[in-house]
Amino acid sequence: MKQFRYLKNVTTLKLNPEVCIGCGMCTNVCPHGVFIQNSRKAKIVDLNGCMECGACALNCPTAAISVTPGVGCASYIIQTWVKAYVPGANNSKSGGCC
Amino acid sequence: MLPMHTDQSTADDEVCCGSPPAPPSSRNERPGYVLLPFVTHFANTAAGPVPIVKTNWGRNEWADTIKVRTGIGRDEAKIAPGLYGVGKPEAEAPVLVSANYKLSFDTLRKCIDGLDAWILVIDTRGINVWCAAGKQLFGTAEVIRLVKATRLDKVVAHRRLILPQFGATGVAARTVKKETGFEVIWGPVRADDIKMFIENKFHADNDMRRVTFSTLERIVLIPVELSFLPKPTLWFFIAAFLLSGISTEIFSFGTAWARSLMVMSAYFGGVFAGAALSPTFLPLLPGRAFSIKGIFTGIAATALLLFLFDGTTLFLEKIALGAVTVAISSYLAMNFTGSTPFTSPSGVEKEMRLAMPFQAGGLLAGAVLWVWAGIVS
Repeated sequence: MKQFRYLKNVTTLKLNPEVCIGCGMCTNVCPHGVFIQNSRKAKIVDLNGCMECGACALNCPTAAISVTPGVGCASYIIQTWVKAYVPGANNSKSGGCC
Repeated sequence: MLPMHTDQSTADDEVCCGSPPAPPSSRNERPGYVLLPFVTHFANTAAGPVPIVKTNWGRNEWADTIKVRTGIGRDEAKIAPGLYGVGKPEAEAPVLVSANYKLSFDTLRKCIDGLDAWILVIDTRGINVWCAAGKQLFGTAEVIRLVKATRLDKVVAHRRLILPQFGATGVAARTVKKETGFEVIWGPVRADDIKMFIENKFHADNDMRRVTFSTLERIVLIPVELSFLPKPTLWFFIAAFLLSGISTEIFSFGTAWARSLMVMSAYFGGVFAGAALSPTFLPLLPGRAFSIKGIFTGIAATALLLFLFDGTTLFLEKIALGAVTVAISSYLAMNFTGSTPFTSPSGVEKEMRLAMPFQAGGLLAGAVLWVWAGIVS
């Protein structure tokens, strides 16, 4: 996936090494190799590879990882904008999104 | 295990008129239910009969795949949640957890041909693992519910569930363990690697853990991208027709028709560039933002269209058509972010805030120039 790179410096991913117990779960679930295990702690080695899926944060037993997960999809984001500005806008399905 | 039904011809099967009668009903059929064509028989377990399914694809699977890949009946392509089996699963056979999207289930069983395994299908409302996990439908609570509902602890002696790695976005492994006693083992990203993963004693190497997005994986997504477009296309055509007819004689139907066809060519050029060319050539196109990639394919499509329309259009009209093609291509390319496995929502939102004013502006400028050209000509 190294040939597919999206926008830099936007991800909300954060790792608190103080709390990390080095269980390796984040390394296991991350589909982009963002983490490695280094001297019994997780370490972020490819921050910009993060797609904010949230798998690491959800499976971290000590809540050492935080990320705002979401669906990276234009039509979904438009829907949320519409809902924020138009009260009572119906949640109709529109294309493009998974 | 119930014995397979054997068909024996009787005197009643004699041809009386037309073709001979179909074979008698299978003993697995029940009033009010449909026996699915991929179920071979039912295995008896301590938790009741479990359908054993085929691992080879027949006409049914190929037809269903083509349908969902082109967006036909995609929301209804579900199978019933519950426990299934392949081969001759016993108490020590691995349990693979999957979504109830038909294509996910079909792909999984095709990839585990030769294996003796259980498949626990959870109710993701007919959505694939990755998208369902993002919506928390492939989620912790649903895995726990199905493990309990199927009485899986009576069927298998071990306490392990193999979940697709992409399910980790929705499933907290330690909660499943706490609530059911079953340990979650994160399987590979791709179903193709499951056999190897099991042979390696549940070890996934780095390649199995990483998502891919090959040219073929991108191209198969194009028809679904296009399947969302019929309605917007109709609205676009109505607008194009009305704007194309504006002239010095207020409105001319003949001109409206002729000129709106040109606008529609520009529109379809933009659709092709944004929803087909951009995904296909994604890694080769310049820029990180998809809206930028879409501008490049949009310019390529414009060049081709203007070559075709050369001589029949004014300079002003050429600019207008180009603006329409590029704006639509940029928007649709940006929309493809929803189908990729590497774009972050923060990134998509940032890109949209920057790109959408330009895309809307391009479309508006195209419309204004087009009407203006209609009046001056």
